[in-house]
Amino acid sequence: MVVGIGHYLTLSAVMFTLGVFGIFLNRKNVIVILMSVELILLAVNINFVAFSAHLGDLVGQVFAIFVLTVAAAEAAIGLAILVVFFRNRGSIAVEDVNMMKG
Amino acid sequence: MLNGLEAVFFYLFAFIAVASAFMVISARNPVHSVLYLILTFFNAAGLFLLTGAEFLAMILLVVYVGAVAVLFLFVVMMLDVDFAELKSGALQYAPIGALVGLILAAELIVVTGGYAFSPKLATAVAQPTPDIAVRHNTAALGDILYTDYIYFFQIAGLVLLVAMIGAIVLTLRHKPNVKRQSIPAQVARTPATAIEVKKVETGKGI
Repeated sequence: MVVGIGHYLTLSAVMFTLGVFGIFLNRKNVIVILMSVELILLAVNINFVAFSAHLGDLVGQVFAIFVLTVAAAEAAIGLAILVVFFRNRGSIAVEDVNMMKG
Repeated sequence: MLNGLEAVFFYLFAFIAVASAFMVISARNPVHSVLYLILTFFNAAGLFLLTGAEFLAMILLVVYVGAVAVLFLFVVMMLDVDFAELKSGALQYAPIGALVGLILAAELIVVTGGYAFSPKLATAVAQPTPDIAVRHNTAALGDILYTDYIYFFQIAGLVLLVAMIGAIVLTLRHKPNVKRQSIPAQVARTPATAIEVKKVETGKGI
């Protein structure tokens, strides 16, 4: 029972797919959509780390750190927008995001 | 790459990670979603540890579990949202979502299963991982992150700064009926504007 890079890539493919499926499944609830985006970014990070370990190249881990940074910034900004939106509309349903329509 | 007991742990972590990732997207209560997200991150950190990426595993715990997931939990609990109403009609798009997901998963697994590494790849390694007995993972990452990748590191810091300022600017609000201290107005006061001298006549009050 030897686990190679293929196992890691399959795992990350499954998690990526779950993230995309989560966006479809919870398309009314912005909070769960943001969590799905976090899942997708985590799957990407697993890919980077698996290739970094397989090739013996540290750059993959450096890039994973940057992906993590951007994911943290994205979560902070996304939740701030969500809080402002909830204050204005009293709801977080995606269908209500049509204030720009005039 | 991994064998024996390590492989057993890989399957353990991978199974729990996928199961809890599924629970993240299917849980009825968003608080449960966040808690399952934390479980997913813990298991991903375990997977990172198995590959030898120790620093990244710990950063994942500190940044994701300690900051991002708690931020999600905070927002979920702060907003008074009727989640049952949001959940209604959720299964309307489940078939097309499942179709897209299955196609995506099949494509990804075909791509990742059908690769072959070029023999030239072994010579194209940019930053070889040093032996863990000589230089451990954190020190090795620091060696290249603060030298060869210093500009990217600074830009990452800038991204975080902009995100922080942006989040503050977005959510800061002044309520209209709250009295606030205005330091410029206080400093600009002079005796002429602050004191009124009244001539009081003898035998009378003001």
